[in-house]
Amino acid sequence: MLSDITLGQYFPGNSFIHRLDPRTKILATLIYIIAIFFADSFLSYAILTGFAFAVILFSRLPVLMVLKSLKPIMIIVLLTLGIHMFTAPGEHVIFTWKFLSVTQEGLELGIKMSLRLMLLLLFSSVLTFTTSPIILTDGIESLLRPFKKVGVPAHELAMMMTIALRFIPTLLEETDRIMKAQTARGADFSSGNLLQRAKNMLPLLVPLFISAFRRADELAVAMESRCYRGGEGRTRMHELMYKGIDYAAFGTVFVLTALLAFLRWGTALCAL
Amino acid sequence: MISVKELKHIYTDADGNEVSALNGINLDIPEGEFIAIIGANGSGKSTLARHLNALLLPTAGKCIVDGMDTTEEKNLWHIRQHVGMVFQNPDNQIVAAIVAEDVAFGPENVGVPGSEIKGRVDRALAAVGMTEYAGHAPHLLSGGQKQRVAIAGVLALEPRVIVLDEPTAMLDPQGRREIVRTVKQLNREKGITIVYITHYMTEALEADRVVVMEKGNIRFSGTPHEVFSRVDELEKAGLEAPLAAKIANELRKGGVKIPEEIITDEELAEVLCR
Repeated sequence: MLSDITLGQYFPGNSFIHRLDPRTKILATLIYIIAIFFADSFLSYAILTGFAFAVILFSRLPVLMVLKSLKPIMIIVLLTLGIHMFTAPGEHVIFTWKFLSVTQEGLELGIKMSLRLMLLLLFSSVLTFTTSPIILTDGIESLLRPFKKVGVPAHELAMMMTIALRFIPTLLEETDRIMKAQTARGADFSSGNLLQRAKNMLPLLVPLFISAFRRADELAVAMESRCYRGGEGRTRMHELMYKGIDYAAFGTVFVLTALLAFLRWGTALCAL
Repeated sequence: MISVKELKHIYTDADGNEVSALNGINLDIPEGEFIAIIGANGSGKSTLARHLNALLLPTAGKCIVDGMDTTEEKNLWHIRQHVGMVFQNPDNQIVAAIVAEDVAFGPENVGVPGSEIKGRVDRALAAVGMTEYAGHAPHLLSGGQKQRVAIAGVLALEPRVIVLDEPTAMLDPQGRREIVRTVKQLNREKGITIVYITHYMTEALEADRVVVMEKGNIRFSGTPHEVFSRVDELEKAGLEAPLAAKIANELRKGGVKIPEEIITDEELAEVLCR
């Protein structure tokens, strides 16, 4: 029940990945992304892929659902593969057709780059699959807090996200209502070409915007009368706390990163 | 508790004209009272309400809350903690996407330690009978439930006074009954002073005292019986007396002997059956 709001792509569960502190998950994801850029051999990529799948299995998410999150970037992945395949210089030509030629080096580079992209997205979607938007917001606020001194509005960003999460369903409901009201007056939202349809959206957007601004105004007054005065001196009901599993998770990704760094530069270091 | 003296409020409208919303209001609200303020649209009742927790400041005159002048900047947050405010649209006063988190919003703002907030949230939700909904998303609740969450959000700041500005205007009859019952309970059981602004006369019947406003002035006030038996005067102020009071009034005019101060259906039935 708690926090299972169907926004974003949160998939409620009770695995230890779900229970990790949001800050741990965000930071671990960042470290993993850095580790991806350390990889250059196929062995490193195999380790990274294995790790990603291990995390997905541990989080008990339906594997297919997570893989589906790759769909939107498939075109970019294929494009990356194609460009590298045909343009990268190399000696071992596999295949030539008119002015196009595919080299083994190009093919390998293409596969690695596409893998990078896919792993990047796969791992970060595990973050959003296992963390509710509300908890994610708390984590982001807490992580950004140290950067307040250099002008990062950590609290304000988090408050905006909180309010957005609160009002998305309300505004969706309202959109639906206005749409029905306008349809009853003869508005047409579903026919005509793209430009025509965009034009037809106007009677929907204008009332929606007006109402959103009115809501914002009323909400601001209500917040003020509940003593809101920005992030200064504010406390939280649930303070985030790192626990044992968080340290274990950090340890694991650090070991992974070190391993990949060693695979890349280790042999060179030994040779010195 | 609250003392309003010669309060005037003048604002500039969209056309640049100066409009006087309140012309010299005098009102004393003692601790623990349940006071209803009624009036037609534009009578200034909402404006008056917003002066009580310093959302608006007087153009002239004074508004003293618990000995503190609302115009003094340093009193502002103390006053807002002391006087909670519930607004008309329940949707537009709930901040967080989870009920318990929203109730915690007020105490978080004033810096109550995290461990204490939880207790306050539990107590506030219990007081409005919404404990079982603590983990719910507000947009899935009914209007009456949302408004009770809004009241809990105010209660968590532990105010001595709660001002409700037409809290039932957007609710269905069921929701209205929920709110009136909750408010009455808070007044009786916790001794919280209630300032209840409404244009539903039946809701004002529950109050200790009713104040009738018209065009920025207080026309008259008294117990619900005193106020609602003055059917003709109410009509002049743009208000409609409860049906029973109106029937009693007409019968009296027609020569039937009916005592003054008949305002509820039950009272009328009893008199007529005698």
